[in-house]
Order: sequence, then C-alpha cells, then structure tokens
Amino acid sequence: MIKVDKERCMHCGGCVGLCPVDALTLSETELTVSDNCNECMICVKFCPVGALGV
Amino acid sequence: MDVECLVIGAGPAGSMAARELAARGIETVVIEKRQEIGAPKRCAEGVSKHGLEKLGIEIHKLGISRVIKGAALYSPSGKKVVMEGHDMDGYVLERKVFEKHLASEAIKEGARYMIKTQAVRMERENGRWNVGIRSLDGDDEIRAKLVIGADGVESKVGRWAGLKTLNRLTDYHSGIQFEMAGVNADENYIHLFFGNDVAPLGYAWIFPKAFSSNVGLGILEKGAKMRAYDYLKKFIEEHDDIFKNASPIEINSGGVPVAHFTGMVSEGVMLVGDAAQLVNPIHGGGITRAMHSSIMAAEVAGHALKEDDLSRERLEEYEKKWNDEYEETTSKLMKLRGFLEKLEDKDFEMLADMLEGEDIFKLTQAKLSFFVKKLIKKPSLLGLATKYLKE
Repeated sequence: MIKVDKERCMHCGGCVGLCPVDALTLSETELTVSDNCNECMICVKFCPVGALGV
Repeated sequence: MDVECLVIGAGPAGSMAARELAARGIETVVIEKRQEIGAPKRCAEGVSKHGLEKLGIEIHKLGISRVIKGAALYSPSGKKVVMEGHDMDGYVLERKVFEKHLASEAIKEGARYMIKTQAVRMERENGRWNVGIRSLDGDDEIRAKLVIGADGVESKVGRWAGLKTLNRLTDYHSGIQFEMAGVNADENYIHLFFGNDVAPLGYAWIFPKAFSSNVGLGILEKGAKMRAYDYLKKFIEEHDDIFKNASPIEINSGGVPVAHFTGMVSEGVMLVGDAAQLVNPIHGGGITRAMHSSIMAAEVAGHALKEDDLSRERLEEYEKKWNDEYEETTSKLMKLRGFLEKLEDKDFEMLADMLEGEDIFKLTQAKLSFFVKKLIKKPSLLGLATKYLKE
C-alpha cells in the first residue's frame, strides 16, 4: 500500500483524481489510502513534492 | 434534510452554480469540506478580462489583486515575445476574496452554505440522492433531487454517480507554486517561460499580484526527469536577476486536468468545473470555463426541476450546450498541445523568431490554419505539423 509522508503532503488532492481504483481520499488536511490500493504508482509519479511512496 | 439541489464544493464552479440556481428560486444547499472557502488556492489566479466580459461576469474589486495588460513569453534561451492589446487585458485575482465574494452573492440569492462539511458517500434511493455528510455537528444525511458535483480534480461525486472522471497522468499537469514577495519582474505582464529543462511539456509562470507574485510551473510526468518542486527550485536559482531578493510567503500545489474525457451528467447529477475536466488544454486555465459550465448547468437544471425530470437524458442538454460551445475549440487545442509536446528546445527558438504576440493569441483561440502555413515553410517542422495540425 502507498504511504503518505504527512510532513510533506500539501493536501492538494491532485493524486486523488488520478487513482484508478479510488483508493485515495482527501479530508481537508489528511490524505488517506484504502485497502483498494494496488501500488500502481501513478500517484507517486504525479506528486509535485514527493509525499507519496511505497 | 431534504433539498431540491445540493452543490458539493464551494469553489468558483460551485458558488456560481449556487448563485444561478438560487436566483431561479431553487432551494440550494452548498457544502464545502474545507474550513475556509478559497484557501488554500491551487491556482495561479489569472483570468482574462475579455473572457469574463463575454459571460457577463463581474468580479468584486477587492477580489482583483492586479490588473494585467499582457503576457511576455520567453524561449529557452530567453528570447522574448510580448502579447498585448485589448484581448490580452486580464486580472490576477486574490482567490480567497474572489471566492468568498461569489459565495456571498449566492447566499444573497438564498443559497445556504455549510463549511468544514464533507460528503462521504452518495447513494441513489427513490429517485433522490442520499448524501452522507460529516461536519463539526457530526454525521448526517442530505437527500437531494439534484446533486451538482463541483468537487474539483479529486471529484468523488462523478465516481459515485458512475461517471468516468478518472484523469490520466499523460493529460494531467503536476503543478507547484510559490507565492513570493520581492520578485523583480515587470508587474504589468504575466511572464511565461518555455523549455524542456524549464518545465517539461508545460511552462513556468510569474503572475504579479498587489505586493507579491505567483511563481510556479506545471509539468507532465512523461517528460520529466525530476519532481515539479525540483524544477521550480531550479527555475528560481537560474533567474537570479528576478529572484535574488525574493522569498516565498505561501506554497501551493495541485493537479491540472488538461484534457476532457468524462461524461458530465448522470441521473440527478451534473458535474461542473474541474470535476468535469473543463480546463483549457493549452494554458491550463480553468476559472472562466468552470463558471461558464455552472451558468449552463443551472439553466438546464432550472427547467429540469420545473418539469420534475432529472433523468440523464433531460440533463444531457447541459452537456450538449457545453459541447456546442467548446468541443471544436478544445479538440483543436488538444491537437496543438500534441504538436507542442513534440517540440525540442531548438524548435521553441525557431517559433520565438517566427511568431508575433498576435500570432500566439490566435493560437490560444484555436486558430491554427495560419500557423500550419507558416510551419510548412520550415522543413524541420513540416513533418510534425502535418501529423498533428492538419485538419
């Protein structure tokens, strides 16, 4: 499952719109990852600040 | 709570929809998951004055941070092409003020707002949508005849309604921005910088505001060797003349959908703005398109609610209106984007020598035929022009 670096995340939600399995949700200042995540890495490639990784 | 219309998201799209719906006497509730409307921005805040005038949209003077008279474009080696004239007049907004004003206009028309209130699920039942919400008052449910999804790039409404709102990494800019004070650049212009080492398959920008500037860039991952953040740091380091006395006072990031794939309506659901991927595919601007989509959606919704017919077929009138107005332009701009994505830095230099400001304005208006005629005289670009730009 993808891990979110909470110190780096900007809460922009850009990754959420790219998730093919709807595993990401942004609640104001918390990005959560659900069990749906299959580590396709699309969000990791997108993140402008490198807050996502495995 | 039962309402006629629930708008999810209170950005420019959501508040414009709410204002237009409420003005038609439709009972409208707006929910916004953030604790403050308009912040943090995910945007460089630029709008064209001409574009707003065409839609009859007036912006409150406090929402305008700076009036702009044109754009200066820079090739990778620094060759400058200036675009100015009546059509290039624009504003750099203060989004937070601009959006709060739009919300106040909607509230004046009778819309009700709930902030720090997030939609957590949405199900269809007896011809209505039951939307689960979470706020400081706990969990609750709103039942609505019509849901307007104005929930931005991370739209859940579209997914809950079964629409294919998924964005593709190949058509989605990774954006980063510092709002900086102390920037040394002509504040009458926005400044756009091109080059595959500057912002691969995108561009870097400086948008001057009242006492600061939005300095940012958008890139496509397929052309990038590092993260957007690293490109921005490099851009600032390499322009010491502009940034040597500048410091950031805010950082923003975001995704920009630069292609439109999704359907815009389903049973009792309409998507507007970024949620429906309604962004100009060439420059990535989305504020005016978002507000226009909401004006169109509210008009159709007004009639559909009166007729008590919120079927997908009835609401498709909105999608049709949108396509009639924008489909041709958008598809031409997509072609242009395909062409520009193939250019090397030396080609940008050639274009900087070849094009005047007026030419570039025409390109942004999807007028391509003159451009093809010019390109055909350049053997090195003939192949690409034929492949990407021919009608």
